[in-house]
Amino acid sequence: MTDALHILSPGLCTTVQDLGRFHAYHMGVPVSGVLDDYAGRIANWLVGNPATSATLEMSMTGARMEILSPADIAITGAAMNPQINGRPCRQWTSLRVQPGDVINLGAADNGCRTSLAITGGVAVPQVLGSSSTYLGGLLGGFKGRMLAAGDILKRGAGPLLRTAKNLPWFPLYPEDIFLRAIAGPHDNYFHNQLERFFSTPFTVTAQCNRMGVRLAGPPIDRDAAAPESILSEPIIPGNVQIPAGGRPIILLKEQTIGGYTNIATVISIDIWRIGQAKPGDRVHFVQLSLEEAHKLYREWAGFLAAIKALLTA
Amino acid sequence: METEFRICGDRSLLAVYGSGIDQAVNEKVRRMAALLTGHPHPGIDAVVGSYCTLLLYYNPLQVGYQELTTLLLSLEKTLSQAAIAETRTVDIPVRYGGAFGPDIDFVAQHNGIRTDEVIALHSAADYYIYAIGFAPGFCYLGGLDPRLQVPRLTTPRQNVSAGSVGIAGSQTGVYPLASPGGWRLIGRTPLRLFAPERQQPLLYQAGDTIRFRPISEDEFLHIHHLEKP
Repeated sequence: MTDALHILSPGLCTTVQDLGRFHAYHMGVPVSGVLDDYAGRIANWLVGNPATSATLEMSMTGARMEILSPADIAITGAAMNPQINGRPCRQWTSLRVQPGDVINLGAADNGCRTSLAITGGVAVPQVLGSSSTYLGGLLGGFKGRMLAAGDILKRGAGPLLRTAKNLPWFPLYPEDIFLRAIAGPHDNYFHNQLERFFSTPFTVTAQCNRMGVRLAGPPIDRDAAAPESILSEPIIPGNVQIPAGGRPIILLKEQTIGGYTNIATVISIDIWRIGQAKPGDRVHFVQLSLEEAHKLYREWAGFLAAIKALLTA
Repeated sequence: METEFRICGDRSLLAVYGSGIDQAVNEKVRRMAALLTGHPHPGIDAVVGSYCTLLLYYNPLQVGYQELTTLLLSLEKTLSQAAIAETRTVDIPVRYGGAFGPDIDFVAQHNGIRTDEVIALHSAADYYIYAIGFAPGFCYLGGLDPRLQVPRLTTPRQNVSAGSVGIAGSQTGVYPLASPGGWRLIGRTPLRLFAPERQQPLLYQAGDTIRFRPISEDEFLHIHHLEKP
């Protein structure tokens, strides 16, 4: 392990994340992990890491950091106008950096969250099998917290690239976000409102973090006979919870059990789109069946495999 | 009740084994979870239980929904022959009252009993762990004596110390980590209930029974010292 990054200014919410922690759910420890795993995986592949390496996730405003040892880095996800030593640099490509270089990321002007990968992966102690930061539980990542000015991050060992890599295209993050979702698990509490839920645009409010995204819009009412809350049940990222008041909350990666009913569940391959949602964006839920969702899942897995093949060739 | 399966997105399914706060239903959930984790099945990435429901998180590239419901139904048939997972009674030392439990007098007054009766009643019961969640190691416990029920605080505290033991409505529980909270606090345990660096991060699991044991301030400080990470 080598000292790799010296954080000069942390940005709004910068954390160490990998693909998440699945084996402690039953202890009340949520999955955590990078919210836009699509951008996170690509960042890792661009610097020659496996998809599972730990990266930095920055939200809304990026970090300013000094490079402490030679490395390749890649910046993907939301556009944050990155600069190296004051000169603009590209995202979605590998960048060779040298000790003393200063990387600066600004405010996101397309999307919300940016991933930064570095040769060998960001090295932090593994907690319950993962490097991901769980902010609510103060565990994992770098000392269980968001990064702060003065933090020194290490990286793992890994070879520098022989030739630079870049992705020949990159996703844009529209302000109208279409999220494919399957009704349920508690759609039987909302008989009269399912059609309305799937045909109404909602607006992302400022109450959005790694735990969930609260939406504004016309309230979704439960059936008259349905209870306001239920005995707590396991929940997963993508559940769309309808609390008292009827304003939906899309659950993200920092909860394990909940006592509200979920009208629908966003499919797993669209979670990254929510990770890029920022206050003011509009969310449209598009209903599909489990069979359709599984077909899309297989196609998406094939798409990711093709990108991996392209970048690791 | 016949087991009900519910689709929960493209990567998980919920199996519902009953309704209400019912120890027999919860035991079924727990034993199904033990069967599934005892013999890992390809494609099942996580198994989580709660009061009446079991969630399987799966990989659709490896296993389908129908295949999982069939597996669950066939495992359910073997439940009666399956070895009953061992459960334990876990002793949790608690220093009641004073600065450790600033609301204990309120709990006593609210219920028209003396403070020492609050301690006696709270530490006499066996509390069954129905589920763990909300926060790492937080237990949803059954078994609170109705004579100890109190409404939660109208304004939650900004910072409740780790280990605080509280009551809200018909529930009692322990805050495993420091956090904001609205429960009425009656005591505090010096044990670190959740310590991710330990080989067994949690001192208990769902299905176990918790018993609170009153301790002196000296004993609290002694155990607290031993528990330092």
